[in-house]
Amino acid sequence: MADVKRDKPWVMRTYSGHSSAQKSNELYRMNLAKGQTGLSVAFDLPTQTGYDADDPRAQGEVGKVGVPVGHIDDMATLFDQIPIEQMNTSMTINATAAWLLSLYVALAEKRGVDPKLLQGTTQNDIFKEYLSRGTYIFPPQPSVRLITDMITYTVDNIPKWNPTNICSYHLQEAGATPVQELAYALCNAIAILDAVKATGKVSDEKFDKVFGRISFFVNAGIRFIEEMTKMRAFTQMWQKLGRDRYGVTNEKSLWFRYGVQVNSLGLTESQPENNIPRIVLEMLAVVLSKDARARAVQLPAWNEALGLPRPWDQQWALRIQQIMAFETDLLEYNDIFNGSPVIEEKVRSLIEGAQAEIDKVLDMGVVDAIETGYIKERLVDANRQRLQRIEAGEQVVVGVNKYLESEPSPLLSGQDSGILKVDPQAEREQIERLRAFRAKRSQTEVDAALQRLRDAARGGDNIMPVSIAAAHAGVTTGEWANALREVFGEYRAPTGVARQVLHAAETEAAQKVQGEVEELSQQLGRKLKILVGKPGLDGHSNGAEQIAVKARDVGMEVVYEGIRLTPEQIVNSAQEEGVHVIGLSILSGSHDTLVPQVVEKLKAAGMNTPVVVGGIIPPEDAEALRKAGVARVYTPKDYELNTIMSDIVKVVREFNSAVG
Amino acid sequence: MEPSIERIRAGEKGAVAQALNFVEDIRPAMRADIERFLARLEESARRAQVVGITGPPGVGKSSLTSALIRELRQRGVSVGVVAVDPSSKRSGGALLGDRARIRYDVSDQGVFIRSMAAGEQLGGLARASQAAVQVMAAAFDLVIVETVGVGQSETDIEDIADTVLFVVQPGSGDTLQFLKAGVMEIPDILVINKADQEKLARRAYLDLKGSLTYKEVAEGDWHPVIVRTSAVQGTGFDELADAIGAHGQWLEKRGRAAHRRLKAQRWALATFTRLAGELGIEEAGGRKRLLRLLEESEAATHRQCLGLLLDQRSAG
Repeated sequence: MADVKRDKPWVMRTYSGHSSAQKSNELYRMNLAKGQTGLSVAFDLPTQTGYDADDPRAQGEVGKVGVPVGHIDDMATLFDQIPIEQMNTSMTINATAAWLLSLYVALAEKRGVDPKLLQGTTQNDIFKEYLSRGTYIFPPQPSVRLITDMITYTVDNIPKWNPTNICSYHLQEAGATPVQELAYALCNAIAILDAVKATGKVSDEKFDKVFGRISFFVNAGIRFIEEMTKMRAFTQMWQKLGRDRYGVTNEKSLWFRYGVQVNSLGLTESQPENNIPRIVLEMLAVVLSKDARARAVQLPAWNEALGLPRPWDQQWALRIQQIMAFETDLLEYNDIFNGSPVIEEKVRSLIEGAQAEIDKVLDMGVVDAIETGYIKERLVDANRQRLQRIEAGEQVVVGVNKYLESEPSPLLSGQDSGILKVDPQAEREQIERLRAFRAKRSQTEVDAALQRLRDAARGGDNIMPVSIAAAHAGVTTGEWANALREVFGEYRAPTGVARQVLHAAETEAAQKVQGEVEELSQQLGRKLKILVGKPGLDGHSNGAEQIAVKARDVGMEVVYEGIRLTPEQIVNSAQEEGVHVIGLSILSGSHDTLVPQVVEKLKAAGMNTPVVVGGIIPPEDAEALRKAGVARVYTPKDYELNTIMSDIVKVVREFNSAVG
Repeated sequence: MEPSIERIRAGEKGAVAQALNFVEDIRPAMRADIERFLARLEESARRAQVVGITGPPGVGKSSLTSALIRELRQRGVSVGVVAVDPSSKRSGGALLGDRARIRYDVSDQGVFIRSMAAGEQLGGLARASQAAVQVMAAAFDLVIVETVGVGQSETDIEDIADTVLFVVQPGSGDTLQFLKAGVMEIPDILVINKADQEKLARRAYLDLKGSLTYKEVAEGDWHPVIVRTSAVQGTGFDELADAIGAHGQWLEKRGRAAHRRLKAQRWALATFTRLAGELGIEEAGGRKRLLRLLEESEAATHRQCLGLLLDQRSAG
């Protein structure tokens, strides 16, 4: 063993952050002490969508799915006692990526660290935000401009930084097949690289460097051979793209560099301990073949479908990585699949399928394919098919649609029911810190910095230098984003739902629900009408989309307005549209604040429309919601859409017979 | 329970919503009540100008509607919108997604949007949309009916709307051809949206202008107006609102019902000519006879007028 040269393992991270910069900093230092080799910062939704903690839109969301970073002091606290010049920091940040990087750079400057030393990644991929994740702010054109600004800035000033991380991860979460994942991720990269080229600000020789700094963030699902071949297809297609389309010659620049978070979509709420083997197998797909091995891996915790993971859960995820890297002999061999005809054939067919779809999208224009909803519609449809396969039992999910019998899980029996509770005081405390920060800065300097920011946004000067100056001046996240909102405007992406073709009820269950809807509609005098709403800042709309399409398929009239609605908007739409029932979907954990608000505002408008809620909602929260007047609560356990639809019909029937 | 007409006239959202639910009821037992309610509404209420916005899919009707609402609200005009969505037929379900693209201030009591499925009817208008428009027209200063349409399918909107606004985008050759060939009725206002694509917009503008001046416009008739708008840049909406206002005033002078009927007659004659040819017209007794027939008849809507002419042919 001693003479075997082992490969260097991938960077090991855990996607984390919650409550406050201080709490997250403690967590980071603890994780690093346990052998984690990089940081992956999860920001809360207000930070991701450019709102200060005291903005009404942020209510209920502060510190929920990540750490709130409102200004340079928060950034300093977040990296307290962490040497950022040595750290490899990945930030899951998109619409406000230029701002968070500016805060990071400003922190380095304050500490006397040369920004040239900074290493890491800003996710900064706006297209997949429009398609899946939902934390976009601005329209496509200015958004792409912000990304190209960051690319052209970092290539000179922070050369070790990956300014953008093209994500196919969220495409798979939205339902993409491997072919779609390949195709749309590469189209996305092409759109960005073409845009960089079009700025004329990067010389041909420097373009090699730009190309080499584009990294990817990929998903790995449970069909691990398919996933492994997908990664091999990715590397081949990327190299070809670099050579043919962009004339890249430097071999190192042509490497397909990617990080992975394994699939969260397939993690189950029932028998959650089964998620551990799933995570291990999914990880195998991206580390097994040396020629297409991930450069950074982060694993979800086993209990993600239940709620927020605790430090112990994250530790378990890290230990899986360490066992794989240090106990097994994985890193001692060259690529073990080279020359395998089965693997090569699979790779070839993936490339062929992906190339055909790429050609189609490039023909339309990538931005047009997004703005017209074409890509989104394809994803919604692919996801619908996936759910249908699970519901029909064609795709086995152990513990969900097969082998349901289970002993009570000791993992869930603790006092905390197996998940982390965010301190309910976190939001209030963050607001207090924000206000104290605002009080001590110079308003004149802030105003001047914001004016320079607006000028640069309007005029076309690179956004980075003025943003870094703004960070030093004490500008807040909300102020930065609002200044750009003034210049660029805000965007609403297509929902991908409106033009879905109708799917005939093929199964008995679907036909039965259709009959129930029809019968109730007759009794009501008009078609059963449902509003599907996503309140709050959470942009994970896959569930809401599938509910909307299914409700239509079984004969309901469905009003769906997409993501990021306020309780006021939802109540207003419900009233104007005269719906019989409201379905809310929330995955960010802010159901405890937002759902009661909707119920109260309904009452205030003199309405008593029944409300049902779906999301990652722990049992005791579900009980509280029911007490607050919610008719039903659905969680990931309820995967049969026909059953949910039938239940909604029942809710409306009961309600209407009760009121006469 | 019958909705309160006073509260509808006051533009109270709750009352308007309740009335819309009420008139949508398809149960046969309700029909008489609904008719009676609508008749009472018609008698007791002022009636807003009804603006139909139509055009092929993808030309930006929703963003145009958003910007138009903003412009009208700035002028203090309250607006009701009936957004008609294409419907799926087999199961009767529908995805009503249009309001997602209309941006408005939710705290503003002067904007009310209702989505409707197109249902089985031709022309892209919901069975209940006529009644819904009537309710909205009693409650708000101006009513917008937004629907997809191209070619002949917008005849239904001609029957509902006082002012028809047809939206095209630069480079939409087919639509322009329809217009020029007379397959499509010339709308009261033609909007070239997405006019930020300047070169194309200019070409479309000149093209349309050419084909419109070529049409004869009789003394006292409305001269179709072409407006260029850009929702992205927010330009042209002032002019558009002015044009709508001007058409509203012209209609007041002219009489709305008479105007709508005249348009229906002209459309029916043109469509009949296209279907039957000049020879067919001769066989039916000639253009003059047909026009007189239409004028003397009870036929008011596009479909009724065309039906009358087609009957002549089979009779002859």
